[in-house]
Amino acid sequence: MEHMPGLYSAAMRMTRNAADAEDLVQETYLRAYRAFSTFTEGTNLRAWLYRILTNTYINTYRAAKRRPQIADVEDVEDLYLYRRIGPGDGTTGRSAEDEALDSFTDDEVKAAIESLPDAFRIAVLLADVEGFSYKEIAEITDVPIGTVMSRIHRGRRALQKALHDFVESRGLVGTSRTAE
Amino acid sequence: MGSTGEGSSDLGCGMDCDEAVRQLYTYLDGELTDDRRHEIAGHLDDCRPCSGAAEFEAELRHVIADRCRDRVPESLIRRVAECIEAERAGGSPEARRGVGTGPS
Repeated sequence: MEHMPGLYSAAMRMTRNAADAEDLVQETYLRAYRAFSTFTEGTNLRAWLYRILTNTYINTYRAAKRRPQIADVEDVEDLYLYRRIGPGDGTTGRSAEDEALDSFTDDEVKAAIESLPDAFRIAVLLADVEGFSYKEIAEITDVPIGTVMSRIHRGRRALQKALHDFVESRGLVGTSRTAE
Repeated sequence: MGSTGEGSSDLGCGMDCDEAVRQLYTYLDGELTDDRRHEIAGHLDDCRPCSGAAEFEAELRHVIADRCRDRVPESLIRRVAECIEAERAGGSPEARRGVGTGPS
């Protein structure tokens, strides 16, 4: 069960609560056990497990909550966070940004990811937390690679805005840049 | 700082910045062709604002991955083991629920 920590963390972000995440992981292992004869030895076991996890989530938990299939994310500019908490003029070094990045708590980052609509959340999760390639994510989620790229990129920008909202609510904006 | 004024990027450097920023994610994801990757890498070597942005994006990626780990409850490990054991023995309550098979 070496993949369980990753699968459980991903399940937590997908379902947004521990009880459903535990059920989802159990269901994933049960389905994987039953379907193991269809797994081709020598191919990517980890990606295969995430595919089962993702399919089970979409078919079971999302259907249960009657969420819309595709919700959109707000269009957010490139480098949203960097433009707001970065050094700006490129002369102040990286300490201000590092400080801001370090200040993000587990709960804030988790909440920011969980704020994204399903399709974007799953794409960003698989890319940035689980480290899958575009091609692997296309296979896991059953969508064309171009769609995967678009979801990851737009999802990341929306995630940056969600993170920035936390920074702002803490009153860090403005203070970090002038702290020399 | 590089030249200012002629590029359209508001990061304040040269002509290639817009393009570099547009391809930054794909670059950091290691998904560009070799040619494109070299072009962007060359630009980042020359352009301090863009390389600052690239470092920030890469660091942010680490922070996100690092903050998103949940400890697996011991009870879940037991549950899954018991569930698989019951399935192997032929028919747990879960097995009778008929959840179908995995992906084809």
